Amino acid sequence: METFIPALTIFVLALVIGWEVITKVPPLLHTPLMSGANAISGVTLVGTLITSGARLSTLTEILGFIAVAMATANVIGGFLVTHRMLGMFRGKDKNA
Amino acid sequence: MPKEEALVKLLYLAAALLFIFGLKGLAHPRTAVRGNLLAAIGMLLAIVVTLTDKRIVDFRIIIAGLVVGGFIGTFMAYRSPMTAMPQVVAVFNAFGGGASALAVGAALEEALKGEWIEEITVQFTSSAAGAALIGAVAFTGSAIAFGKLQGIIKERPILFPGRHVVNLALLVICLGLSVWQVRGYTPLQFSIGSQFRSELETGVISEDFRTAFANKGIRLSKDVAIEYEASEWVITDHEDRETYIVRENEDQLNIHTRSALPFWAMVGCASILGIMLVIPIGGADMPVVISLLNAYSGIAAAGHGWVLNNSVLIIAGSLVGAAGFILTAIMSKAMNRSLANIIFAGVGAEVASEEESEDIYAGRVKAASPEEVAMMLEGARRVVIAPGYGMAVAHAQYAIRDLVNELESKGVDVEFAIHPVAGRMPGHMNVLLAEAHIPYEKLKDLETINPSFEQTDVVLVVGANDVVNPLAREADPSIPIAGMPILNVDMARSVVVIKRSLSPGFAGIANPLFAADNSLMLFGDAKQMITELTAALKEI
Repeated sequence: METFIPALTIFVLALVIGWEVITKVPPLLHTPLMSGANAISGVTLVGTLITSGARLSTLTEILGFIAVAMATANVIGGFLVTHRMLGMFRGKDKNA
Repeated sequence: MPKEEALVKLLYLAAALLFIFGLKGLAHPRTAVRGNLLAAIGMLLAIVVTLTDKRIVDFRIIIAGLVVGGFIGTFMAYRSPMTAMPQVVAVFNAFGGGASALAVGAALEEALKGEWIEEITVQFTSSAAGAALIGAVAFTGSAIAFGKLQGIIKERPILFPGRHVVNLALLVICLGLSVWQVRGYTPLQFSIGSQFRSELETGVISEDFRTAFANKGIRLSKDVAIEYEASEWVITDHEDRETYIVRENEDQLNIHTRSALPFWAMVGCASILGIMLVIPIGGADMPVVISLLNAYSGIAAAGHGWVLNNSVLIIAGSLVGAAGFILTAIMSKAMNRSLANIIFAGVGAEVASEEESEDIYAGRVKAASPEEVAMMLEGARRVVIAPGYGMAVAHAQYAIRDLVNELESKGVDVEFAIHPVAGRMPGHMNVLLAEAHIPYEKLKDLETINPSFEQTDVVLVVGANDVVNPLAREADPSIPIAGMPILNVDMARSVVVIKRSLSPGFAGIANPLFAADNSLMLFGDAKQMITELTAALKEI
């Protein structure tokens, strides 16, 4: 219980902040929003690092390796593809 | 709280703030690049801070994972064409969900062996089960979505009888297995005689006791602690990191170990559920499915945060969850269908009968040549282009850019009408047109563009169908798209539809727009027809 309520508090507040911030994103940028948010969901990588580096057992090392690789691909690929996409959005002035 | 731990938590807070400001930056194209960069810096910070954790003693696995994952991610991000963006997002989403499921699985396995990294509590196990359930659904669901988008799996809904019952049963089994895991599963390994009871009581174990274990292939190290709690002994082997539970039963002692078997069975079950949920959903409903799966992978990451009591995971995961749910809601609204209808109804499985379409089209469809359309465009003051998935399939965005340049050089005002669900993911059309360097000021959403159609001379519909179907304005519930907000292109003076044939769109219904008095059909491939149009315009 002592960790449950603080975690719930953070969870609910973050959902509300997410709602407020993301409803401001125009339809124009919905694809980059999706891929950018997707990259952020790769934050699960942070959690995978400790278990895969603690040298516990072969099973967790294998699971850890796959999880780290998948989460890294999610993070790096997600941010790069979003960057690439956003670089294409140009206003009138810059459009040569 | 030790100083170092406090510092780590403060840096996690900084990372979470960077995520929030990063997403905030996405509210405008001018600040979006910086926003994405801020979020990436936040991620880097979170990762570097985590790597300083003292529990990490071996970096080999981590480095190998980072290198392999980094290579895959970079390759996919730079090698994928913009038209394949929905697939790319689906794959990354699958990775995120899968990583969460496996990572909480690893954390659970370790926790069951002993409390070196995490303590087993109800919160720990139930959030592990929750995160893995959602993560596994996101993993296989996204994989199926990828297959459908890439054309590996049939795009039309694949329906089979009784699927709702099967899905419900799978969900119930998943929940049941989760409850089983939370309550604890300790399979019996072997039994030894009750003569060892006194050793357990004194906490000093003899060589005979070790031999009894060794006979079953289990080595007990010298570093062993015995505790008595709730009428059972817990033997913790600190050196080999393993925990044994000893329960007394009549005249023998039963040795149990903790197991994550129900958890892994649940993950398998949830993986099947993910497949079953996405298989019956058709291609045009993919914007909703991808948004929803995106939300799932966010919630799975947040659940992973609950497992590890890690605030940055909880915050980032819920931000992504919120983003996914908002997009899902926007997409459902843009189709005037409830989320339940999109996910469960299997819309798009039926195609209109030939006769029905012929009734609507009979003798009223007028075909035109590129030259005729060029003449119309030449005399227009305002032209609106309404693109759909057909534009993406034909890779027509660069040809359209040339056409726009040609029209603008002739003093024609050109804008784009973007329907929220045009294409296969939210905002799909915008990205393709941006790729072709069409300035974003020209890309108008549904609410902005709709009042202007009456002042528009020509609308060019490129590869769109259901989103411009006037039948949607009728209240007849037998029409699958009834009540869906559409681009009111039929209000314009004239409409030119570039399309290969009169075949129905995804909703499987005929489109009276094609037979309207002010409509002309330009039959052919979108890219080829646009190119011919541009060439014809140049000759005028």
